[in-house]
Amino acid sequence: MHRTGELYGQFETLEQQKESAALGMWVFLATEVLFFGGLFMTYTLNRHYYGTAFGVGSNTLDLKLGGANTVILILSSLTMAMSVWASHVGKRKATTSFLIATLVLGTAFLGVKVIEYKQKFDHHLVPGYHFQIDYRVQHPAPNDDPKEIEAEKEELSKAFAKDPDLNAHAQLYFSLYFGMTGLHALHMIVGAGMLVWLIRQSIIGRFTPTYNTPVEMIGLYWHFVDIVWIYLFPLLYLIDRHQ
Amino acid sequence: MSDHIVPPKVYVGIFLSLMVLTAATVAAAYVNLGAFNIVVALAIATLKATLVVLFFMHARYSPGRTQLVIICAVFWLAIMLALTLSDYVTRDQDVAANISVPQMLES
Repeated sequence: MHRTGELYGQFETLEQQKESAALGMWVFLATEVLFFGGLFMTYTLNRHYYGTAFGVGSNTLDLKLGGANTVILILSSLTMAMSVWASHVGKRKATTSFLIATLVLGTAFLGVKVIEYKQKFDHHLVPGYHFQIDYRVQHPAPNDDPKEIEAEKEELSKAFAKDPDLNAHAQLYFSLYFGMTGLHALHMIVGAGMLVWLIRQSIIGRFTPTYNTPVEMIGLYWHFVDIVWIYLFPLLYLIDRHQ
Repeated sequence: MSDHIVPPKVYVGIFLSLMVLTAATVAAAYVNLGAFNIVVALAIATLKATLVVLFFMHARYSPGRTQLVIICAVFWLAIMLALTLSDYVTRDQDVAANISVPQMLES
């Protein structure tokens, strides 16, 4: 493709070039909205039919870890936005630093997610043959708070009275939990890969105040992934906390 | 768009608003509002998403055609949710009651 400096041949001006990229990126994000939308639709219907099981499943999640991850992810969106600003005003070192901060925060988010997933495996809350919603109260670990276990036992017996098929319906909740957070995490991993590339480009001085489209476009993607989590957090962690 | 540079002050302000709203959504979840818990949770999430789209994603400073794509994305999502739900909620029998649990998941 013919290129004059930062301007590719098919465009008249840098402004037009950048607006075309942003438009294309938003069209891609529109398809992503519908991609995740299917899962949110499935969630809505199943929560409508199996509210009890969804409430019980939601209460097994660790609100501290989920809350911390929300803060981490929103903070990473801030550093991403700041790197876009830094590239606009030509601060090359600041651009690189903010991109590295975003990558570190994104990786921290994934690390917390690993801890959360591990807990679910330990408590037999992964859908499949060994799934058992009351595994934790039946086999409490030595360092578990007995009061907490007692409260969970009571909650479970009430839930079983309301919904005898609780074990099956809770698996629907956890299938959606792993499906939705898993797809979200996959997007984060892809984003982290793109950040590594951006950091390299930034270090070699590829971005200038007139050409920083990649920083802005990957920024759009990163913020979109943040928005998905903004919805996932209350829908998965906060269903039934007021009991 | 390319000549509009959003100052860091705006970004930090939006970040702080998002933090306050996150605290609000957690606090609201502990209050029993019955059916309105989910309404409050989704309203706060939508407010947060709107702030991210308008400022972090620069939608506020984008040309009209880019804004149109954003509106279309939300509109298509609304079509999917509204039409699917209008099917499920207007059936004369409970769909869930007729779905048998696979043998493997029982016990």
